[in-house]
Amino acid sequence: MSPNRTDLILPPGAHYLQGSQACAEGAITAGCRVYAGYPITPATEIMEHAAHRLPQVGGRFIQMEDEIGSASALLGASWAGAKAMTATSSPGFSLMQEVISFAIMTETPLVIVDVQRPGPGQGYITTSQEDVMQARWGHHGEGSIIALSPASVQDMFDFTLEAFNLSERWRTPVLLMAEETVAHMRERLVVPSRDEIQIVNRTRPKDLGIAPESYLPYGHAEVPPMAVWGEGYAVNHVSLVHHTDGNVTRYNSSVHLENVSRIHRKIEDHVDEIARIETRWLEGCRHLLVCYGSVSRTGVEAVLEAREQRNIPLAFIRLKTLWPFPERQLRAIVPEVDTIFVPEMNLGMMKHPITEALRDRCRRVVSIPSLGSLHSPELILDRICEELA
Amino acid sequence: MNRNQRFEIRIAGFGGQGVVTIGKILGIAFSIHGGRNSVNTQSYGPESRGGACRSEVVVSDGEINYPYVRKADVLVALSQVALDTYLEDVKVGAIIIIDPQAIKNVPAPERFRLYPVPTLAIAHEIGDVKYQNTAALGALYAFIAEMIREFDLVQALRENVPIATVDRNVAAFEKGKKFVQSTFVLEK
Repeated sequence: MSPNRTDLILPPGAHYLQGSQACAEGAITAGCRVYAGYPITPATEIMEHAAHRLPQVGGRFIQMEDEIGSASALLGASWAGAKAMTATSSPGFSLMQEVISFAIMTETPLVIVDVQRPGPGQGYITTSQEDVMQARWGHHGEGSIIALSPASVQDMFDFTLEAFNLSERWRTPVLLMAEETVAHMRERLVVPSRDEIQIVNRTRPKDLGIAPESYLPYGHAEVPPMAVWGEGYAVNHVSLVHHTDGNVTRYNSSVHLENVSRIHRKIEDHVDEIARIETRWLEGCRHLLVCYGSVSRTGVEAVLEAREQRNIPLAFIRLKTLWPFPERQLRAIVPEVDTIFVPEMNLGMMKHPITEALRDRCRRVVSIPSLGSLHSPELILDRICEELA
Repeated sequence: MNRNQRFEIRIAGFGGQGVVTIGKILGIAFSIHGGRNSVNTQSYGPESRGGACRSEVVVSDGEINYPYVRKADVLVALSQVALDTYLEDVKVGAIIIIDPQAIKNVPAPERFRLYPVPTLAIAHEIGDVKYQNTAALGALYAFIAEMIREFDLVQALRENVPIATVDRNVAAFEKGKKFVQSTFVLEK
């Protein structure tokens, strides 16, 4: 590989970019040097930009034969010590589920971007939030997942960078659940100075002073230090139920419980550290609107208009993190309200965990769906007025 | 423009007329050179099939929440289809710039102000139809001159067209602008 050219990452200051370009630049800034992908509308622009930029910074771009190959290539790249990503859209995201499951079990850091389009099937090529449940439950087996929901070009940069940091910190695949809306829009992106950008790298056994002969590939800590090929440590990536040393032949149910529970708990016990929400106008509110992704842009506009023009005491919450679901954080701040509105570009998916978290805090939860296009503020506002009439 | 007030520009025509390029140039001029916020989007999916093409720029000094045009303040229509499609979605009193060569069926200007600008003819004078978009950009500038400095817009234009075409693009911009300034009495 050519030398790592950190001097050629996107410089600090203002840039006017498409969300897709900002995503690829955020990845490169985070230290991503491998992109393996297969094109699909509306995610292709991320791949195009990665193909253009990665060779400049000493990285590698590989066009793979399909989405399964693309995601699988990230496993190998990550095991070799690289930060790696791919981007796809919903039908391709379905194909990647097997690898996501494998990466959870082998605790392999990697980043997958899903620029969601409507389904089922080939569905359509416009915008969507129909994969938010697949993000959490699409892979087979137990294990948790981290999934972020960007709403602007700035988020496409910041959240991609954060996705890499989270994947390295928690040794787990991280999903950026983007949408066509946010991937194709152009806006100003402000890149902070280098010393303001925090880059997280995975903990290696040598960082903890662990000698090669005493190294346990799945031991030592809640998030085990990860050895890289060529450093003298036994590198053992195992997706069968395993002991801390990676052994798979001495199976028993307590080992099974311990192994998979730890992988689940390393995320779910740290939701407060991982998940982020944004709130506005909660004080004195009587109703609440909860949304995520680009719908939160329309959502906040609709809430502003409801408050200013219709005098409706409506509060706003945006989920920046979809998974792990910030249930405890929501319960800590949401007061007793009458109606919770949940506009989504699906028929009501995140409505379910929201209802589960807040069912004793409200009279009802109302879904406001839109398929294939971003809600207009009028659509949300009219529905709110209709329900509250 | 008051703080938080949105100004919405829609440019529409056929694919290949450069409407996406001038939308992006406007976005850059407002956001990078002009210090305002802007969101630029372009037609995609069903509406981009059949050759129709649309580019939008929403400008504000405040936060831009909804990223798309709700009711356009300015519509630049370079084809009959574009005008027919988007005529309903303009504000009362909106500025509509049309190319008279492309648009034969001209609606009565009741709710809006209609300005025919021969962008295609200007492009031919410059030497190539591909300069129609920057002629339209120059015409558009003449109407929104109080919102953006000409220097900022021309700078964004220079930086976002192929180097070999910079001079002719700037010339087309200039001709579009001058046509408007010398032909119409612009209301404040």
